[in-house]
Amino acid sequence: MNSIEYFKEHFDQLQLIDKQSGLESIRQRSFIELAEKGIPTVRNEEWKYTRISSLFNKEYDFPVDAVEVSENDLKAIRLPGHEEANELFFINGNFSPVYSNIRSADLITMPLEVAAKNEYSEIVKKHLGHSSHYLKDGINALNTAFVHGGVFIHVQKGKAPEHPVYIYNITDARSVNILAQPRSLVHISKNAQVQIVETYTTLGTSASFTNQVMEIIVEQDAMVEYYKIQNDASHASQVSTTHIRQVGKSFTHTVTISLNGDIVRNNLNVIMEADHCEAHLYGLYFQSGKTHVDNHTVVDNKSPHCLSNQLYKGILNDDATGVFNGKIFVRQVAQKTNAYQSNKNILLSEGATVNAKPQLEIFADDVKCSHGCTVGKLDEEGLFYLRSRGVSEKMARALLVQAFAVDVLEHIKPTAIRHYVDQIISQRLEFPIPLDEDLI
Amino acid sequence: MLSIKNLHANVEGNEILNGINLEIKAGEIHAIMGPNGSGKSTLAAVLAGREDYDVTEGSVEFLGKDLLELSPEKRAGEGLFLAFQYPVEIPGLSTTNFIKTAVNEVRKYRGQDALDAVSFLKLMKEKMAMMEIDKTLISRPLNEGFSGGEKKRNEVFQMAMLEPKLAILDETDSGLDIDAIRIVANGVNKLRNKDNAVLVVTHYQRLLDYIVPDFVHVLYNGRIVRSGPKELALELEEKGYDFIKNEIPIVETV
Ligand SMILES: Nc1ncnc2c1ncn2[C@@H]1O[C@H](COP(=O)(O)OP(=O)(O)O)[C@@H](O)[C@H]1O
Ligand SMILES: [Mg+2]
Repeated sequence: MNSIEYFKEHFDQLQLIDKQSGLESIRQRSFIELAEKGIPTVRNEEWKYTRISSLFNKEYDFPVDAVEVSENDLKAIRLPGHEEANELFFINGNFSPVYSNIRSADLITMPLEVAAKNEYSEIVKKHLGHSSHYLKDGINALNTAFVHGGVFIHVQKGKAPEHPVYIYNITDARSVNILAQPRSLVHISKNAQVQIVETYTTLGTSASFTNQVMEIIVEQDAMVEYYKIQNDASHASQVSTTHIRQVGKSFTHTVTISLNGDIVRNNLNVIMEADHCEAHLYGLYFQSGKTHVDNHTVVDNKSPHCLSNQLYKGILNDDATGVFNGKIFVRQVAQKTNAYQSNKNILLSEGATVNAKPQLEIFADDVKCSHGCTVGKLDEEGLFYLRSRGVSEKMARALLVQAFAVDVLEHIKPTAIRHYVDQIISQRLEFPIPLDEDLI
Repeated sequence: MLSIKNLHANVEGNEILNGINLEIKAGEIHAIMGPNGSGKSTLAAVLAGREDYDVTEGSVEFLGKDLLELSPEKRAGEGLFLAFQYPVEIPGLSTTNFIKTAVNEVRKYRGQDALDAVSFLKLMKEKMAMMEIDKTLISRPLNEGFSGGEKKRNEVFQMAMLEPKLAILDETDSGLDIDAIRIVANGVNKLRNKDNAVLVVTHYQRLLDYIVPDFVHVLYNGRIVRSGPKELALELEEKGYDFIKNEIPIVETV
């Protein structure tokens, strides 16, 4: 299906179905870009280690409507804390208002098509598709060429919904191969706050490929926490883009946890467009089997006095492969930038590999930037120390892996979600003591 | 309790232990002294089961078992404890969680039920009082950023929690001021009974004022070149190790 004709057929259908939302022209532009650029291959420097093109060797359905899933399906998918959370569901890439539960009046959600025409149309016009300035490839264009069934999320000025927003991306691949393309535009107004938790679940064993784009606009004095929890089926792949514009002095905190999936590529962009912005980017990938996780981050300092801190940690077992590529741009005007980046990896097996590349482009002279990257094994000294106290080798390894992950996991602020992730990791390590247990 | 016969050990092809013989009986305290680099820590590590050392000759029996056959964790289960000369820092691992894991692993090995949270806390409080350990210390990640003295105190605290049959203290006194030495020695003495034993590895006589040994051995170039009563430690203190070096021709290991 890696041919433009195939996309074109679906694209023409969509343009016929959705002629009134006002999104036709951005789709049109993006389709032209897709046709020009095609799906990136490993010859593209940005995709050197992540062979996404092979995923297009099969045919997928391009659903334009949310299908139905059963209550039982949902039960298995829901995250802990859902009883109180605001829940949004995407099914096969389409926002599904029927399943969604918005419990907080401070939170406004609506189909993107609606927002494109009502009082939010200015915001949509201004920000939708901004990620294409940073991700100049066919895969980003593919999502936008099919922008439809997306969601607009708006947190009102000065408001802070008490409970997090859980976004579930469900791919129902029980009967056919699915290409799901969720799309969201999130607008955090001045002085507002929100916590977003996003997760991905594939049902069934047919091919599942999610190509997601979320664009987040953070206004002055706003605060956003964004948690991406990826623990999808081993045959499910995804390209997941989170593009954050800090347009006023604001604070963002993101944690990307990748625990399973066939090929997982994350693009996380943080654009510092105002003075004194602050951004914290944490990531943990813990993979086994033949899985592949690629984290590409961009922090673009376009204004002075901004602070960013990145800590990505990887644990790779079996034949898993990891990629970390962290770009920091400091524009000429962005004096007094503080930008830090650290990527640390542990390889648990001979077959596991990681490719790490920091990329700093600094055009201002009065800045503090640092980056560092390590790849190693579990500390033998530590292992012997623990074993000498009676801890079995397996348990000692588990303790060391957990200990390594802690300084990322502790940044997952919603307790229910932190425990959920801890539990997955403990189970994988076959380790009986949850990390968080506080004894004294 | 412990019987070491003609123990030889290599690291990366260099022979470091050169035929050690040592018998320790229940209820005894032995001290091993010797200049830097003589092989004291190597002996301790070989006994604890460190894998980078190859035992090329000799045997070690511990409570009737062939110690060298056992993994480090089984040795601990059997009742051996090594207080490290350089305890390892493990950022991210809570000291308390680790100790709880260790205690329960050892209990499992000994066929005892795991301690529940309440009994564990009780045990911990008791041993913290015994070792005069502050709560803040063990609420921190394992040894991370601990001062030299704090690390040593934490080692002895872990020893108290695990109640070993044979405790090997590898230079536990170094890095401790005199008050801390007294506390550590007190703790060790409180744990003593007729069924357990202590092997104190030290450089200096001063710890032995508080933990009074039944026997003192001098290790030099990977061999025990002298054994004697506690007065031997005083003699070493007075004359330095040079007198040993002068008396004993250096055994070439080539
Ligand atoms: N892992 C190792 N690799 C190489 N040499 C070692 C290693 N461990 C110890 N040695 C050497 O073995 C000798 C004895 O060391 P050690 O047992 O630490 O002595 P002590 O504790 O008596 O000061 C020293 O010469 C030391 O350099
Ligand atoms: Mg030593």
